[in-house]
Amino acid sequence: MIEFHLETRSGVAPYMQLIQQVRRAMRLGLLSEGDQLPTVKEVVAKVAINPNTVLKAYRELEHEGLVSPRPGLGTFVTRTLTDETTAAHGPLRSELQRWLARARAAGLDNESIEALFVTTFHALAEEKT
Amino acid sequence: MTAVLETEGLTKRYGRHPGLSDCTLHIPPGRVVGLVGPNGAGKTTLLQLAVGLLTPTAGRIEVLGGQPASGPDQLARVGFVAQDTPTYANLTVADHLRLGAHLNPRWDDEVAQTRIDRLGLDHARPAGKLSGGQRAQLALTLAVAKRPELLVLDEPVASLDPLARREFLQSLMEFTAESGASVILSSHLVADLERVCDFLIVLADSRVLVAGDVDELLATHPRLVGLRRDPEVLPAGATVIQASHTDRQSTLIVRSETPIDDGVWNSERLDLEDLVLAYMAKAAVPAPRRAEMTR
Repeated sequence: MIEFHLETRSGVAPYMQLIQQVRRAMRLGLLSEGDQLPTVKEVVAKVAINPNTVLKAYRELEHEGLVSPRPGLGTFVTRTLTDETTAAHGPLRSELQRWLARARAAGLDNESIEALFVTTFHALAEEKT
Repeated sequence: MTAVLETEGLTKRYGRHPGLSDCTLHIPPGRVVGLVGPNGAGKTTLLQLAVGLLTPTAGRIEVLGGQPASGPDQLARVGFVAQDTPTYANLTVADHLRLGAHLNPRWDDEVAQTRIDRLGLDHARPAGKLSGGQRAQLALTLAVAKRPELLVLDEPVASLDPLARREFLQSLMEFTAESGASVILSSHLVADLERVCDFLIVLADSRVLVAGDVDELLATHPRLVGLRRDPEVLPAGATVIQASHTDRQSTLIVRSETPIDDGVWNSERLDLEDLVLAYMAKAAVPAPRRAEMTR
């Protein structure tokens, strides 16, 4: 079982934070196929958030095919994310490390690197849509 | 489905002083509604009208499809925790529960006992000897055990320390998840409301400035940052709520039903506190101008 928390000043919608925490737990192997997510009542009693926020996050995760509700029992994880993604991460990570080293060598500081990454990322995302 | 709260032109005057002016609201069921605004904005007036402690000067109000406090049935359906979560200082915790059981036809003693036990409250202790957080939890227990369809709370966490406040909101959210009841609560603490509310009403100067679904409000109120320019050149349909300018940059908070991605503005998501503050600042600005005009 995992525990949720909420970052109120992050600018990320609360339901999205819950989704990200589930995905992260799945990637880290804290959650795998068959594991149960906390019930809505458990989450709200712990985190002090609106029940509809939890329902919305769980619906979205269900829509992504990561979890599925079993009536009367709760919500269960239906996939394991660790294996395929960590394997794929390796080469990407070393490419990124090389790129970061080049960016530093070119004289960019952390903020400039982040700004460059974010603007490129958004430009690419917009091209696709 | 019947609205939890439906008002039309609802107005309450205290002599010549306006408590609430021309308030029109429609709140769907199953929501946790946050009511926010400066002191004297009319929050308590609106809540007391909803529970029937006040009667309107003009306009219409319906709560769960009925007139507030119109009979025993309506009273049983609405729970109310008044400002500063009042309890009877000389009565013990057990006395409070007995009183609750006698006064409320739908009283659920099991719910009450379970909550008191889980909170670790001593049944024999007078309410006056409890901590602020414990007193607030006792008041909440009484309101929850009457199994209301609508729970109204006036500034329930204002006087609590951060830990007691969090615990109170945990209990309140647990109740809504269990019961599916609707909740209306007022608070100054927008950060708290941002966690627990999915519907927001901003009041200032006895008027409703904005009301709506929180996700919808945040989706339709971006902060636009860009090179300094006249707000008149905004895309059609966008209304400026707040604008500030430096010699080269403009920062606007606007209301727009459609997303603004014209490449001119950089659009950011607001948090609820910025949205509330933008509306309150907007409401505060015209006041001196009005005074000038009447001079």
